[in-house]
Amino acid sequence: MSAVIDSHSDDHHHGPAKGITRWLYTTNHKDIGTLYLWFSFLMLFLGGAMAMVIRAELFEPGSQIVSPEFYNQMLTNHGLIMVFGAVMPAFVGLANWIIPMQIGAPDMALPRMNNLSFWILPVAFGILISTFFMEGGGPNFGWTFYAPLSTTYAPPTVTFFIFAVHIMGASSIMGSINIITTILNMRAPGMTFMKMPLFTWTWLITAYLLIAVMPVLAGAVTMMLMDIHFGTSFFNAAGGGDPVLFQHIFWFFGHPEVYIMILPAFGIVSHIIETFSRKPIFGYTSMVYAIASIAILSFIVWAHHMFTVGMPIAGELFFMYTTMLIAIPTGVKVFNWLSTMFKGSISFETPMLFSIAFVALFTIGGLSGLMLAIAPADFQYHDTYFVVAHFHYVLVPGAIFGIIAGVYYWLPKWTGNMYDEVLGKTHFWMSFISVNITFFPMHFVGLAGMPRRIPDYALQFADFNMVISIGAFIFGLTQLLFLFIILKSIFAGKQATSEVWEGAKGLEWTVASPAPYHTFETPPEVK
Amino acid sequence: MKAATKTNLKLVSLVLGMFCFGFALVPIYDVFCEITGLNGKVSGPTITQYDENFDSREIKILFITKNNENMAWNFTSEKRTLDAETGTAYTVDYTFENPTDYPMVAQAIPSVSPGKGAQYFHKTECFCFEEQLLQPGEKLTMPVRFIIDPDLPDDVPVLTLGYTLFDITESHIKLQASN
Repeated sequence: MSAVIDSHSDDHHHGPAKGITRWLYTTNHKDIGTLYLWFSFLMLFLGGAMAMVIRAELFEPGSQIVSPEFYNQMLTNHGLIMVFGAVMPAFVGLANWIIPMQIGAPDMALPRMNNLSFWILPVAFGILISTFFMEGGGPNFGWTFYAPLSTTYAPPTVTFFIFAVHIMGASSIMGSINIITTILNMRAPGMTFMKMPLFTWTWLITAYLLIAVMPVLAGAVTMMLMDIHFGTSFFNAAGGGDPVLFQHIFWFFGHPEVYIMILPAFGIVSHIIETFSRKPIFGYTSMVYAIASIAILSFIVWAHHMFTVGMPIAGELFFMYTTMLIAIPTGVKVFNWLSTMFKGSISFETPMLFSIAFVALFTIGGLSGLMLAIAPADFQYHDTYFVVAHFHYVLVPGAIFGIIAGVYYWLPKWTGNMYDEVLGKTHFWMSFISVNITFFPMHFVGLAGMPRRIPDYALQFADFNMVISIGAFIFGLTQLLFLFIILKSIFAGKQATSEVWEGAKGLEWTVASPAPYHTFETPPEVK
Repeated sequence: MKAATKTNLKLVSLVLGMFCFGFALVPIYDVFCEITGLNGKVSGPTITQYDENFDSREIKILFITKNNENMAWNFTSEKRTLDAETGTAYTVDYTFENPTDYPMVAQAIPSVSPGKGAQYFHKTECFCFEEQLLQPGEKLTMPVRFIIDPDLPDDVPVLTLGYTLFDITESHIKLQASN
């Protein structure tokens, strides 16, 4: 496991094709990973630009720069693009790059389908964004697209939205099938399940979650389509349907979805914390069981998103207690990360900084989640900025910090050059400070009763909102620095060794930096 | 068969199964609501036989009729309240009138509150979930017959039977066009 794999052995293979066809026809897991990552980066800036419009509008009370109708479109598409366009493809991109190298496989199991599952994504988002230029404007019903807002009262472009969601779902499902088949069938000899790296483990479970819930989402949008065009009444009370049913189906998808967006980040920070603490991860087995428990529990907690919908008390109690139960495996993970760092010989390179921030700030988001899980208290918090603060804490300094940490961690392996450590640390501190300026005050305005999804607010929230907006602008600009750091590392920088990080463990660190186009054509032996 | 192909087939069937499960949630939800009385959902007409030796008690029943938005019909019930006894059958007449100058199709959706009492409200005859076509100016009277189950919990002193009338002319036309 220690020897550098001799890259001369694949002389007889073709290298990458030249020009654009390399990217269009590629079946190479590294190329497809790169495509996914750049696509998600583009979507991050697009969704981020929409967030900037939202924060500019909320900079001061009153109607400022956009109409309420356009504000609704910004709000909806910010959510949709960040969830389906930025976070999910970024994790799939990392999976494509890293999983075959971590398990010692030459490529993904289904390389052609891999190409297809990437290339239908730009099509889906092209369709979604094209609705902005159509009559009636883009989707404006919130990323949760509750019926009847998304059926009876939706703009005519909702049909394009439905089609786009179908394609995104197909892409995720194909990507997940590919990942599971790769992990189950293509591990190097000797790599048993309990020797598998944690990022691979988290993705295996995430892929199962995706396969279980993306078809349900497809079913929900299909029912919407039928209600809108074929006169059925799934969600239409006039025909005996029930709008609350939509919420149940949506959140049956939606709750596992939020774990889909965090589990791979758990895997990434586990690797980074063990590398930079120079200690093996504390409690590997409990980590694996914790991930599996979180995934299983995620299927029986969905109605905590709808406590105020008028459930019987037994339902409220059931969903309250099961939700609180999730804190236990999540707590196990947090304690394992802390124990890994305990008495470790820690150094604070950029990936480690982002990972430590992840542990601290994700825990804040987790704790506000516990507050929201308390059904009687949720009636106060529901649909306020407190909820916005909660899910942004788990998604921005949670999922996105996890992705950024992973990018810094593996970037030298991809480009062959070290990134600029000073700029990386600047990026971290700017992000860390501004993300808290942005999202922490949202707890206060939320508890004071500021409703979410409204383009205006009462005057007493003005100061906090200005602070939030300034924080958001700084955070947005800081990510341009991230783009610069990545570009700089592609074109210049200190040559990285194959190990990259002192004592880094895992098969991906045994191949040269940058990783050759083909790796592990002869499977490595895992002891 | 190659191991990978086997895995793929299993995963594809899981995808198809979950897609069907999404649709299966619709009847599951209905059954679940009926059992628990969630959302005040009530079933269509049912006929129930009782033992002769039940203890009947008094219960107040309120009748609410409501038009959904943009619904132009006049929709009322002959009574607004009724002091009833459990285990006895009652009939209440509802009238529908289409005051517009075009034919319209409507549907009345029932709801019983409180939800925990919904399963004890047995309708033996009702127009719920039926589509009604009324010509311009036409008027129609239809009965609801019901019995309150003597097993109704004692902490439910009042039951409210609400009907909301929906204009389904448009989706009615759509559905006929697609058939």
